[in-house]
Amino acid sequence: MADLTTNFAGIKSPNPFWLASGPPTNTGYQVMNAFRAGWGGAVWKTLGVPIANVSSRYGAVSYKNNRIMGFNNIELITDRSLEVNIREMKEVKEKFPNHAVIASLMFETKEEWHDCIKKCEDVGVDGFELNFGCPHGMCERGMGSAVGQNPDVCEKITSWVMEKATKPVIVKLTPNITDITKAALAAQRGGANAVSLINTINSVTGIDLDRMEPRPIVDGLSTHGGYCGPAVKPIALNMVSEISNHPDFKLPISGIGGIETWQDAAEFILMGATSLQICTAVMHYGFKIVIELKEGLSNYLDSKEVKSITELSGKAARKVKKWEQLDLNYKVIAKINSDKCIGCQLCYIACEDGAHQSIAINPDSRIPIILKDKCVGCNLCSLVCPVEECITMTKIETGKGKLFWADHPANPINQKATASR
Amino acid sequence: MVHPSLTNKETTEDKFSKIKPLYNPNEAVIEASRCLFCHDAPCITACPTSIDIPMFIRQIMTKNTKGAAKTIFTQNILGKSCGDVCPTSVLCEGACVYHHLNEKPIEIGRLQAYATNDAIENNIKFFEKGETTNKKVAVIGGGPAGLACAHELTVLGHAVTVFDANEKAGGLNTYGVAPYKFSNKDSEKEVKYISNIGFEIKTSTKVITEGKSTDNKVLLSDLEKNYDAIFIGTGLGKTKSTGITGENLKGVYGATEFIYDLRKKEQRIDPGKSVVIIGGGNTGIDAAVESALLGAEVTMVYRRSENELNAYDFEVQHAREKGVKFLFLSSPVEIVGKDKVEGIKFIKNTIERTKSNTKSKPEIKPVTGTEFIINCDRVIIATGQEKQVNFLNGIQNLKLEAGKIVINKDFQTSNAKYFAGGDCINGGKEVVNAAADGRDAARGIHKFLMKGK
Ligand SMILES: Cc1cc2nc3c(=O)[nH]c(=O)nc-3n(C[C@H](O)[C@H](O)[C@H](O)COP(=O)(O)OP(=O)(O)OC[C@H]3O[C@@H](n4cnc5c(N)ncnc54)[C@H](O)[C@@H]3O)c2cc1C
Ligand SMILES: Cc1cc2nc3c(=O)[nH]c(=O)nc-3n(C[C@H](O)[C@H](O)[C@H](O)COP(=O)(O)O)c2cc1C
Ligand code: SF4
Ligand code: SF4
Ligand code: SF4
Repeated sequence: MADLTTNFAGIKSPNPFWLASGPPTNTGYQVMNAFRAGWGGAVWKTLGVPIANVSSRYGAVSYKNNRIMGFNNIELITDRSLEVNIREMKEVKEKFPNHAVIASLMFETKEEWHDCIKKCEDVGVDGFELNFGCPHGMCERGMGSAVGQNPDVCEKITSWVMEKATKPVIVKLTPNITDITKAALAAQRGGANAVSLINTINSVTGIDLDRMEPRPIVDGLSTHGGYCGPAVKPIALNMVSEISNHPDFKLPISGIGGIETWQDAAEFILMGATSLQICTAVMHYGFKIVIELKEGLSNYLDSKEVKSITELSGKAARKVKKWEQLDLNYKVIAKINSDKCIGCQLCYIACEDGAHQSIAINPDSRIPIILKDKCVGCNLCSLVCPVEECITMTKIETGKGKLFWADHPANPINQKATASR
Repeated sequence: MVHPSLTNKETTEDKFSKIKPLYNPNEAVIEASRCLFCHDAPCITACPTSIDIPMFIRQIMTKNTKGAAKTIFTQNILGKSCGDVCPTSVLCEGACVYHHLNEKPIEIGRLQAYATNDAIENNIKFFEKGETTNKKVAVIGGGPAGLACAHELTVLGHAVTVFDANEKAGGLNTYGVAPYKFSNKDSEKEVKYISNIGFEIKTSTKVITEGKSTDNKVLLSDLEKNYDAIFIGTGLGKTKSTGITGENLKGVYGATEFIYDLRKKEQRIDPGKSVVIIGGGNTGIDAAVESALLGAEVTMVYRRSENELNAYDFEVQHAREKGVKFLFLSSPVEIVGKDKVEGIKFIKNTIERTKSNTKSKPEIKPVTGTEFIINCDRVIIATGQEKQVNFLNGIQNLKLEAGKIVINKDFQTSNAKYFAGGDCINGGKEVVNAAADGRDAARGIHKFLMKGK
C-alpha cells in the first residue's frame, strides 16, 4: 500500500486530505468528527475581526438533475468569538495530536495578526493559513482578496506574519486575479512556507426568474459571492500548474477547488500539489467521502507503482506547455467502435452542425461513418458520445517530422521571410 | 403528496390504480434528463404518429411542460391516452437506444402522459378552428380514429359532426382498454378536451344503413345527402363465436362484451368465482386480469404453446403477477352445464412446425382421448372481434378485404365520398394507429374537398 502520510512544509498529517477552511471546520465538534471519519487535517474556519452574516447565504448551479455542479456563498469568516475558537482548537489538538490543525487567519493590523498567532501557537496548532482570498465582504474592508490581488500588500502582510510565527505558514491565494504566479511569488518573497489555492471565484450563480432577483436572495437583493465546487476544478488545476511550473517558485502547494473524488485529488497532485483541501464536497455529502478518497488514491498510487504523493506530484504539470511548443504535425482522427455504438447519432449532429462536417450517416445502419479525410481530430464527437470509449482518437502516421508554429508556413513571420527573399 | 413509503400509515390499495402512475414534476424532470436527445431519434420512427419525442422530453426537462404538450398534440391529439395505453415496449420505448447499453429505456409513455395531463387539466388550448371552408364532414364513430379525424378536420376549417352509437364517446378508450391504464374519467376528460376545439359529437346515435332516421338513429343515406364527405371510424364488432356447443349457456361472455360491461359500470360487476378465458390475445389477458383483480380464480387456456401467444410479453407477465394461471396446448370442445356454466371440456393438442409455415403459426393437432374438464362458473371467450361486415356492406361500392375496408394512400375508400381509418381498416391494432389514421385521413379528406380550390 502506498504511503499517504504527509509532511507538507513541515505540517504532518496521516493523509493529504484536509478540510478546507469553511463551514465544515466551524467548530471543534465538527473537526473531531471529521478526524474520526478519517480526515488528515483541518484548516479552521477563518479567524479574524468580528463580522455578522446574512441569510440566505448559498447558491448553487445544477446540471440537469445533478445538484451542486457549482456552489457559491456570501458568507464571511467565523461568526464565533476568538476565545471559543481557540479553546476548541486546543481540545481538538489534545484529542488528536497526530492530525493537522491549521489556523486560518485574516486581520487588519500587524498587532492583531501577531496577537492571534501567539494565541494559536499556545494551544498547539500545527500551522497557519493566511486568508488572502475571500472575494466578498472582507475585501471591501481591505482584507481577503484585496490583499491577494495586490502582490506588494500580500508580501508585506506575509512578512508581518513570518516575524511572529514559529509554525509553518501557508498563504491562500485568490483566483480573482489575472496572473496567479505574481501573488504566489509575492508570498514566497514575504517568507511563506507554502501556498494553497484556489479560494472562491467571483460569481452570481443564477437568477430567480419569477422574482427577477439574483441568488442567493437576501430580502430581494443579492451580492456577488464566491464560486466553488466541481465546476471550478478546471480553473484551479490550471492555476496550480502555472505556479508549480514557474521556474522561480519553490514552495509546496496545497490544492483546492472542486475536489470530490480520488480522481480529482490525483489530478491536483499530478499538477503539483502535495496536500489537498476540500470544502463543498463535504458540505454536500458529509465527512464519510474521505474513506473513498483515501482508498481510491492509494489504489491509484499502487497501480502506478508510485510510493508516495511527493513522487507523483507535478508529473502532469511538466507536460503543460505553451501552445507554440505543440507539434502541429501530430494527427489523430476519430474512430467509432461499432460494437459499442448505440446509434444515438449525437456524434453525427455535433460534427455536422457544430464542427467540421466529418461524420456521415450510414445508409445501412445507425452507426455513423467517420470521414477520415475530413476529420480534423478535434475530439468533439468523442466528448458527446454517451458510451464510454466508443469513439477513440487514433493516431495517424503522417510520416512528417515535428512542426512547430515558429516554422509553420502560415506563421506571418515566415511569410514575410519568404516575401523578402 | 407524501409518498406512502415515507409514512407509517396503512394505505388501502386501489386494485385498479394506474399501472403507469402519473409522474410528479420532480420524477418527470429526473427521467427527462436521462434522454440523450438523439439525432433522427429511433423512438420517433417507432411511434406511429411520429411525435418529436426528444424535443418534448427536452421541454419537460426545462420545465416547459406546456411546450411539451404542444409538441405531442401537434402530431397526436390523443397523446394523453396514447401515453397511458400504448404498448410502449414494442413501440417508442422498444426503440430507445438505451437498450443497447443494457439500461432501462426512457419512460416515454409516462413522460408523454405527464406533459399532456397538465394541458388537459388546465384546459390549455393549442389549436383553433380553421377559417371555414363551408364544407361539412360526418364522422361515424367517436373512437380514437374518429376523434383524431374530427379534430384535424376542424383545424382545417371544415364543419364536423361525429356520430357514435355509445352513450359516451371515446370508443374503446371508454369501453375497452383496461381501466388500470385509462379510466372512464380519463377518457371523458380527453374527449372533452379534444372536442373543445369546436366539433359536435352526437352520442347515443347509431348510423344505420336501412330503416329511417329517429332520435337515436341516423340513416346513412341522410348523411350522404347532408355532408360533403364521410369518415368511417367504426372499429370492430362483437366477439367472434367459437361455434362450440354451450356458448349460449348463462355465464358465457364474449371478452369485448364483458369488458364493455365492466367499463360501463366502472368495475362494479360480479366477476364470478372461477373463470376460464379462452384465447391468447391481449383482450383475453385484459379480461383475465380484470377478473382476477375483482377476486376471481382465473385460468387462461390457449390452444397453441406460450411461444405463439399473440399477447405482448409484458401483458402476460402482468397477468401472472396478478395470479392468472395459464394452460397451453388445449382447445375447447364443449361448454358443459344444465342452464348455466358448470365447466368446460378441452382436448390436448400437439403442434407441428413444418418448414413451409415458419412464418405463420404452427398447425395444431388434437390428441384423441385426452379430453379433460375444468370446472368453472364463467367462461370468457376471447378469440377476436368480428368485423362490422353487415354495416359496411350497406355502403355502396365499399371494397372490403377480409372484412377490412380497403383504402388508398389518402385513406380514401373505393367509394370516393368515404374515407376510413382505425381498427376498421387494420383489423385491430392500437389506439395510436387509429390516431395516426384519423389525422392522416382528415388530410386526405381536405385534399378531396379542396380539389381545384
Ligand atoms: C379489450 C381491448 C383492450 C385494448 N387495449 C389497448 C391498449 O391497452 N392499448 C392500445 O393502444 N390499444 C388497445 N386496444 C385497441 C384499441 O382500443 C383500438 O385499436 C382503438 O380503440 C381503435 O380505435 P377506432 O377509433 O378505430 O375504434 P373504436 O375505439 O372501436 O371506436 C369505434 C367507435 O365507433 C362507434 N360505432 C361503431 N359503429 C357505429 C355505427 N354504426 N354508428 C355509430 N357509431 C358506431 C363505436 O360505438 C365506437 O365508439 C384494445 C382493444 C380492446 C378491444
Ligand atoms: C460557505 C463557504 C465558506 C467559506 N469560508 C471560507 C473561509 O472562511 N476562509 C477561507 O479561506 N475559505 C473559505 N471558503 C473557501 C474554501 O475553503 C475553498 O477554498 C473553496 O470553497 C474551494 O474548494 P471546494 O471546491 O472544495 O469547496 C469557503 C467556502 C464556502 C463554500
Ligand atoms: S455518439 Fe457514440 S453511440 Fe452515438 S452514434 Fe456516435 S458513436 Fe454511436
Ligand atoms: S404515441 Fe405511443 S408510441 Fe408514440 S410516443 Fe407516445 S407513447 Fe410512444
Ligand atoms: S431513443 Fe431514447 S434516448 Fe434517444 S431520443 Fe429517444 S427516448 Fe431519448
